Amino acid sequence: MEEVRAVGDVIVELRNIRKEFPGVTALDNMNLKLKAGTVHGLIGENGAGKSTLIKILTGVYTPEQGEIYVDGEKVEFKGPADSKEKGIACVYQELNIVKELPIVDNMFMGSYVKKKSGLLDYAYMNKKSEEILQGMGQDISAGEMCGTLGMGQQQMVEIGKAVLLDARVIILDEPTSSLGEKEAAELFRTVNILKGRGVSIVFVSHKLEEIFEICDDVTVMRDGQFISTTPSKEMTKDRMIAQMVGRPLNNLFPKIDTTPGETVLEVSHLTREGEYYDISFQARKGEILGFAGLVGAGRTELMHGIFASVVPDSGEIKINGKTVSYKTPQGAIKHKIAFLTEDRKQQGLVLSESIEKNLTLVNIDSLKKGIFVEFKKIQEQAQRCIEKFQIRTPSADKAAGELSGGNQQKVVIGKWVNSDAEIYIFDEPTRGIDVGAKIEVYNVMNELVSQGKCVLMVSSELPEIFGMCDRVIIMREGRKMGEVSKEEEHFNQEDVMKAAWGGKLS
Amino acid sequence: MSNENKKKRKMPSFMGPLMAIVILSIILTIVSDTFLSVNNWMNILRQAAINSMVSCGMLMILLTGGVDLSVGPIVALSSCAMGVLMQHGVTNAFLLMASALIVGVVCGGINGLLFTRLQLPHPFVSTMGARQVYRGLALLITGAAPIAGFSPAVTFVGSANIGNFPVCFIVVILIFAVVGVFLNQTALGRKIYSVGGNKEAARLSGINVPGTLNFVYIMSGFMCAVAGIIMVGRVGTATPLAGETYDMDAIAACVIGGASFNGGKGTISGTLIGALLIAVIRNGLNLLGAQTDIQYIVIGIVIILAVFVDVVRGNAAVTARRKERAKEQAAA
Repeated sequence: MEEVRAVGDVIVELRNIRKEFPGVTALDNMNLKLKAGTVHGLIGENGAGKSTLIKILTGVYTPEQGEIYVDGEKVEFKGPADSKEKGIACVYQELNIVKELPIVDNMFMGSYVKKKSGLLDYAYMNKKSEEILQGMGQDISAGEMCGTLGMGQQQMVEIGKAVLLDARVIILDEPTSSLGEKEAAELFRTVNILKGRGVSIVFVSHKLEEIFEICDDVTVMRDGQFISTTPSKEMTKDRMIAQMVGRPLNNLFPKIDTTPGETVLEVSHLTREGEYYDISFQARKGEILGFAGLVGAGRTELMHGIFASVVPDSGEIKINGKTVSYKTPQGAIKHKIAFLTEDRKQQGLVLSESIEKNLTLVNIDSLKKGIFVEFKKIQEQAQRCIEKFQIRTPSADKAAGELSGGNQQKVVIGKWVNSDAEIYIFDEPTRGIDVGAKIEVYNVMNELVSQGKCVLMVSSELPEIFGMCDRVIIMREGRKMGEVSKEEEHFNQEDVMKAAWGGKLS
Repeated sequence: MSNENKKKRKMPSFMGPLMAIVILSIILTIVSDTFLSVNNWMNILRQAAINSMVSCGMLMILLTGGVDLSVGPIVALSSCAMGVLMQHGVTNAFLLMASALIVGVVCGGINGLLFTRLQLPHPFVSTMGARQVYRGLALLITGAAPIAGFSPAVTFVGSANIGNFPVCFIVVILIFAVVGVFLNQTALGRKIYSVGGNKEAARLSGINVPGTLNFVYIMSGFMCAVAGIIMVGRVGTATPLAGETYDMDAIAACVIGGASFNGGKGTISGTLIGALLIAVIRNGLNLLGAQTDIQYIVIGIVIILAVFVDVVRGNAAVTARRKERAKEQAAA
């Protein structure tokens, strides 16, 4: 720590970085300058390429194009070790802490200090750990088990690891997302201490206020592209949001117009501590109700609450005007709710089993005659679904795990449509599937609403929300920020994004 | 969707062990003049009966991704319950056998609840604990002494023959047929596979996962009790220390028959063939005068070989699929 770096010297520079994955360009033309003794904010919508950028910086990904400079010298990161050696460290949102071990072991993991005898020198390591933490303004004993620490302090241990390695660039990936206000204030204090020592901090956040509070510069990204870097003093919230969403709506969406009917689902004050709070809304027959927000806004959790796969703490749900109380997914299904989960592979399908069988997961009990299942009905149902949803497969016997993402999603849709539900929850229904399959999924939604069913759609892709929904509910940090319907003036990407980032709708 | 397609996929699961039985039989017929006789084969079936019953329950549990380490003690405890009741003057054979079945079902039910209610991390742990408890109970109620003197009506299932054919194996065939139909043709049976294949997807599809799990543990307990009744007939006594290796034998039969420890995979026919293969190996080695030490080694190698063949086959299928997809893409 003795070495003092001149504030403003560029430590790391990225020039024209491009990273491709099969079928997508995750990052293109990315430029970034990280200066000593400054905090650099990084913002962008979900999928803007922030994570890819972090992984380029930490050497996890190698870019296809572009150059990385450290201290003005061109370098190549072949793996995480190269980046680490240059003094770049990252504290990920999901902490890398072994909860069963004390702080000292977590700090020195991988770089244990030994005595001459070959045994570990805990006296030295304990002292060093405590010194580092104290230097960051944290007074914790190195022998404390990490599992007993709060999230804020666990994060401090992670940052301490970076300090121990004498990192010159520390990337904080959404560091405040799991912290309370007090812990966040602590974190900011530590960030300022490190900044004073000449460390360059990259601060990724979904909270605009924080960017203004702590960052010297801010870089906006959109769709994998570099948009701008501006000193945060010269930046305004409105400009940031305009830069983040500034993309035209295209005509990918085969939305048909329907006239919504009566209210079928009414949710009042639904709350589950730590996930979502006091959510109320109504959904009508024949409409698609969108849920917009950033990843982690509590939308998926809310849907699990409505489906009772994770039971809410309090609140009330009415279906067709009647108060219902069910505590399991079975109960929700009895009330004709269908839930197409975000994670098809883990939560939607039994991958080892056939398409035919996956299509019976929900409604197998209605395909019986006496105690025996009727294979003829099961086969007919499979053929019907394959034709109707255009599942591309040579046979209904093919294991679901062998299908492409889009076709898997169609099997999940088929499974639920077979249950004859009235309320369909689609959670990120088009994530990771190709454009053609996306349109087919939208067409299914169209058909459902034209039959008078009610569709709730959680989506992190704003164009999809605006392309398909009749009404949008915006959530942020577990709370409902507002609600706009198609006819209102705020039904546009910028205003909704503003609310998702914590602003007011009007 | 053609039927041929279906057959092609289902055949291999027990073809391997079945071929092993055939080849082994040919070899044993050549080297031993007593192997290929009706009497010896009836012996093999008799020897396979207990393991078959235990394996049948074990298979259902393996299908859900669990395991039951308490099967041996349940066999012992249910047979000892019959013995103790008999000592206390119950003579009705049906009552005695019913009592064994009740004990088995209760033990299985406890195993299920330990896992689903107390949410112990894995049935390996809960049934390992239960295993000790049931063994202790068996010793406790019998005063650690074997009980003999069952009436012929009780030992009928385990010891009688119809013509030359052992009744105990008729019971095995009947129960396996029922379980086979149950697993494939009833909603609950199919749900067992789904729960084993992906618990969370099953839960979110509205399947009663804890109920399904409780059911398979109860079934395992029931099958153990049937095995206990057969055992009493075969050896004539109820022994509190019986069944020390039943858990491993049953798992071996299921695994040889193609069941997976990860759940969702395994068939009733494969399990029966697995149990038979183990019995044929034991019988053959006995005829050749091999000691138990050699038997252990051979059966161990067979288990490893069976799983290895399964793994190789699985990998080959994955490779074939990948190539097929590449071809499809190239064509498109």
